[in-house]
Amino acid sequence: MLLSIQNLHASINGKEILKGVNLEVNKGEVHAIMGPNGTGKSTLASVIAGREVFDVTAGEILFKGTNLQKLSVEERAREGIFLGFQYPVEIPGVSITNFMRTAVNEIRKYKGLDPLSGGEFIRFMEERKKLVEITSNLTNRSVNEGFSGGEKKKNEIFQMAMLEPALAILDETDSGLDIDALRIVANGVNKLRRPDNAFVVITHYQRLLDYIIPDFVHVLFQGRIVKSGGKDLALELEEKGYDWIKKEQEA
Amino acid sequence: MESDSNKIIDEVTRGDYKYGFVTEIETEFAPIGLCEDTIRYISDKKREPGFMLEFRLKAYRHWLTMKQPDWAHLSIDPINFQDIIFYAAPKKKKDLSSLDEVDPELLATFNKLGISLDEQKKLSGVAVDAVIDSVSVKTTFTETLAKYGIIFCSFSEAVQNHPDLVKQYMGSVVPYTDNYFAALNSAVFSDGSFCFIPKGVHCPVELSTYFRINAANTGQFERTLIVAEEGAYVSYMEGCTAPQRDENQLHAAIVEIVAMKDASVKYSTVQNWYPGDKNGVGGIYNFVTKRGICKGSNSKISWTQVETGSAITWKYPSCILMGDNSVGEFYSVAVTNNQQQADTGTKMMHLGKNTKSTIVSKGISAGKSQNSYRGLVRVSKNATNSRNYSQCDSLLLGSLCGAHTWPYIQVENKSSIVEHEATTSKISEDQLFYCQQRGIDMESAIGLIVNGYAKEVLRQLPMEFAVEAQKLLSISLEGSVG
Ligand SMILES: Nc1ncnc2c1ncn2[C@@H]1O[C@H](COP(=O)(O)OP(=O)(O)O)[C@@H](O)[C@H]1O
Ligand SMILES: [Mg+2]
Repeated sequence: MLLSIQNLHASINGKEILKGVNLEVNKGEVHAIMGPNGTGKSTLASVIAGREVFDVTAGEILFKGTNLQKLSVEERAREGIFLGFQYPVEIPGVSITNFMRTAVNEIRKYKGLDPLSGGEFIRFMEERKKLVEITSNLTNRSVNEGFSGGEKKKNEIFQMAMLEPALAILDETDSGLDIDALRIVANGVNKLRRPDNAFVVITHYQRLLDYIIPDFVHVLFQGRIVKSGGKDLALELEEKGYDWIKKEQEA
Repeated sequence: MESDSNKIIDEVTRGDYKYGFVTEIETEFAPIGLCEDTIRYISDKKREPGFMLEFRLKAYRHWLTMKQPDWAHLSIDPINFQDIIFYAAPKKKKDLSSLDEVDPELLATFNKLGISLDEQKKLSGVAVDAVIDSVSVKTTFTETLAKYGIIFCSFSEAVQNHPDLVKQYMGSVVPYTDNYFAALNSAVFSDGSFCFIPKGVHCPVELSTYFRINAANTGQFERTLIVAEEGAYVSYMEGCTAPQRDENQLHAAIVEIVAMKDASVKYSTVQNWYPGDKNGVGGIYNFVTKRGICKGSNSKISWTQVETGSAITWKYPSCILMGDNSVGEFYSVAVTNNQQQADTGTKMMHLGKNTKSTIVSKGISAGKSQNSYRGLVRVSKNATNSRNYSQCDSLLLGSLCGAHTWPYIQVENKSSIVEHEATTSKISEDQLFYCQQRGIDMESAIGLIVNGYAKEVLRQLPMEFAVEAQKLLSISLEGSVG
């Protein structure tokens, strides 16, 4: 078991957002989490990553068997949790190359490995760029500064490829993408899929799931996972919308 | 959430000064306090020609008529000039065989500061003048540079060996009447560097001076004079540190630059004087007058400064753009943390036609510090078709610090264009979380973000300095995260 979430409750400023989430993710699996806006999908991703503004009030998250409660944000990242942000933030003046080199070497240090030399790093980066079809000079630019929506999302996928996480949580990486960008994002994920890693893909639309075939689909609604199924559940949601879930919940 | 990230930033910005050690060396002092005899003592120690003593005494008498300026956004404890020692020099050990030989204790001190004076191991491509307290202890590369006709030596040596040049240029850009601290410096200055680049010579190495205050209760008053003749080029760098002490120490310097027709001078500073402890006890008062004159047409003077140290900084490296088509630049990063105060900026005086100036100022405030940009752009009536572009940004870390911007603009003709932009920003919790989510800890994240913010200025620094400056920026804001 890679990730095991039990009865997770989390709140912000005293307002409870997650109200008892249960989720189990094994190595080699792709899970999709769907659900209406404001239902807690991004919150769940943030809480797994350890964002301190959220209070975990009950339940626990186990990652590779370790309770994450005691680990800082950066320790969780170094253990192999990656979050592809729904709204990646700009860091002016910091080139993606410099940013990634810092990140890669911090993670290597944590694992007891020597830092990559300049040359080694550049070679590795070029190889990863090719893998995720980033042909532009994106990596010379400042992190997300002045990026289009599509560039920001491609950058997230590129960073995932660089950091080779055990668990990647992609938060609406598909929203606002044209079909080409969507394909690049999906291809990135598919190329990085391995028997020893897993993906949690948060999405609003089933469109992405035509490209990334999930093993499981979950519906998050009002802070709880209310329905789980195979990839057909996504199609059903696409067809019927979320009203159907709402009605079922109210009944 | 706001207070949460402030708390984290507060923790991170509780850094320690890494250069606060004292070297145990026998030192010779002037009698404490300031009077005409002090000045005679200094001039006598240096065996100066009569014109120097005269200059000093005139400056002193003028200084007595002046008052300490109070227009800056600084709160300065009164300075008692009778409690300061105005001259301190390491004693030469008797057993040193040659005059050129430097006390090993001093070599070790500079080594510890990362400055090698050893002819064998010295940094290639950089000539160094090492000044400790009131005197220069060693200048490297002097002979090599002499082959190009370049004079690079301590100010004292210049007075002895090139009195005519000193007489011609000293005080020609910053007269002793200029301001309170300039008058004081002119009266009591003890050493500094002198650079003269003859016509048409492109100086093949970086010239640099490293200033170190060591002795207690002393002030350091150094003076630097750089003259670039027609078509000459030089890049000059200045660095400085001081021991950690509970009392404030005064550093009042003057830098003068003269650039003739087609000459270009690049002056870079990494200022890291002891800033005082986190409660504001001790630290250097850094009151400096730096000014260059672009005397000939098409000349250029470029100031780059990274200011991280000092309890108080009062400093406005300026350009007088006299020659037509001359260019002035000012690139500055000023970091204040804890109780530090900085009031710094520049003056660009456009006198010649088609003159251009660029100002890029990046303030970074943390702790309870106060950080001000003060700048004047003046375009005179005759300076037609002149241009200035100013950009003044402030970055706040935490909510107890202050950032202020005072741009003064005076344009006296209609064909010139002056542009000013200003921004204030904070390091957001979003940015920190983003970095941490990639495995980067809080300290490194702040270092990365701050260096990114200051990049436009840092990339102006010579290679030899840039890496050092980047580290320093992170360290000045670094501390113990739990
Ligand atoms: N930083 C925050 N401060 C206050 N409320 C928040 C914050 N972040 C999210 N919320 C609230 O939490 C709920 C869930 O938001 P979110 O997890 O972003 O939903 P989703 O990603 O499913 O659209 C929403 O009601 C939102 O307003
Ligand atoms: Mg969301």
